[in-house]
Amino acid sequence: MTGGVTPSQTVGPFFAIALSWPDGPYVVQPGTPGAVWLRGQVLDGAGDPVPDALIETWQADAAGRFDHPDDPRGPVAGFRGFGRCGTDPSGRYAILTVKPGPLPGPDGAVLAPHVAVSVFARGLLRRLVTRVYFPDERAANEADPALRAVPAAARATLVAEPADDGYEFDIRLQGENETAFFAV
Amino acid sequence: MTDVDQRHPLVLPRYRPVDEGADPPLVFPGYGSTVLRGPAQPLVLLPQSLTELTGPLLGEGRVTAADADLTRQHPGQPHGQRIKVLGRVLDGAGRPVPNTLLEVWQANAAGRYAHRVDQTPAPLDPNFTGTGRCLTDSDGNYEFVTIRPGAYPWKNHENAWRPAHIHFSLFGRAFPQRLVTQMYFPGDPLFEHDPIFNSIPDPAARQRLISRFDLAATEPNWALAYRWDIVLRGRDDTPMEEA
Repeated sequence: MTGGVTPSQTVGPFFAIALSWPDGPYVVQPGTPGAVWLRGQVLDGAGDPVPDALIETWQADAAGRFDHPDDPRGPVAGFRGFGRCGTDPSGRYAILTVKPGPLPGPDGAVLAPHVAVSVFARGLLRRLVTRVYFPDERAANEADPALRAVPAAARATLVAEPADDGYEFDIRLQGENETAFFAV
Repeated sequence: MTDVDQRHPLVLPRYRPVDEGADPPLVFPGYGSTVLRGPAQPLVLLPQSLTELTGPLLGEGRVTAADADLTRQHPGQPHGQRIKVLGRVLDGAGRPVPNTLLEVWQANAAGRYAHRVDQTPAPLDPNFTGTGRCLTDSDGNYEFVTIRPGAYPWKNHENAWRPAHIHFSLFGRAFPQRLVTQMYFPGDPLFEHDPIFNSIPDPAARQRLISRFDLAATEPNWALAYRWDIVLRGRDDTPMEEA
């Protein structure tokens, strides 16, 4: 096997012609019991909205299960788990989903409910990865290994704010209160 | 709550990091848009979990065979040189990645995207949208028919031009394999002037974004062919105990 991994390049400013799906923002159908909106704004290092970002989410269902053959507990069919939404002119995105359940971790640990987030944009040469944690899971969040890996001062950037119909999760690419991003 | 009990501690395989020198930096001043958008703080190494061992497996029911031919989406033929773009999607161990969704988008032959924000002074082509998708087959093969995109000017620096390219988006099998990138054409004189191409630190890794002309895959009297294999991150299948 020659070569190596194919490098990343920016998604550029024109991805919407291909990557905008009518059903992209709907991890679950409207009317699904427990459905919540996960909304937020993407901001750059000057505090200006980023109107050409693409947000993608990946998560377990409300019971903490994935529809995926590599889940050692066996797949649970029917939960897409994936959301995708481009930001609007004010840098905002919105994804309709359900709050995921906790996951088993190593050594019997329990991982706090979380949603994995990918951010793509013009000016991002590779995707950024972060996670949404939930404000009503204080004890679980404090024990979560990924959240504990984040410098204490930045952990709050990964906890969503409650909102009327779900949660608000802003993403600050750079500068004051910069969102913590992960190397996966 | 879970089916994994204490007698069988959860031990997961993990996806290997991207090769040294293959990842472009997050702030690369030669590409001006990175300056305010690339995070300044170091990335936090994520302990991979079930969230990273899994990922969206999409496409069944989302893709038709016609989606892979960008030249047949309108009543007429688009302008430009008709080409096939084909190859295999592999993981870092050389194993094919089957049934994975590829999404592509590109400028038309004159170098303009069918996107309202693109005001390049070049004509739109009413017979070309420039978007396609397909699933890899059971052996990781993919194939598109399209037209060769034009180079186009952009505002990054004085007299800046992007080398001709096709954008690719892939999911792979799991979250760490997600890849958005660009395929280039061999021998493009704009490579040395393009900060996006040159943002990849390792010059050998840059070459992995360049397709090669494939005479054997051409369609006589119809289309030239370019071959480009895509390698996603590999997985360590020897599980490591997480003590």
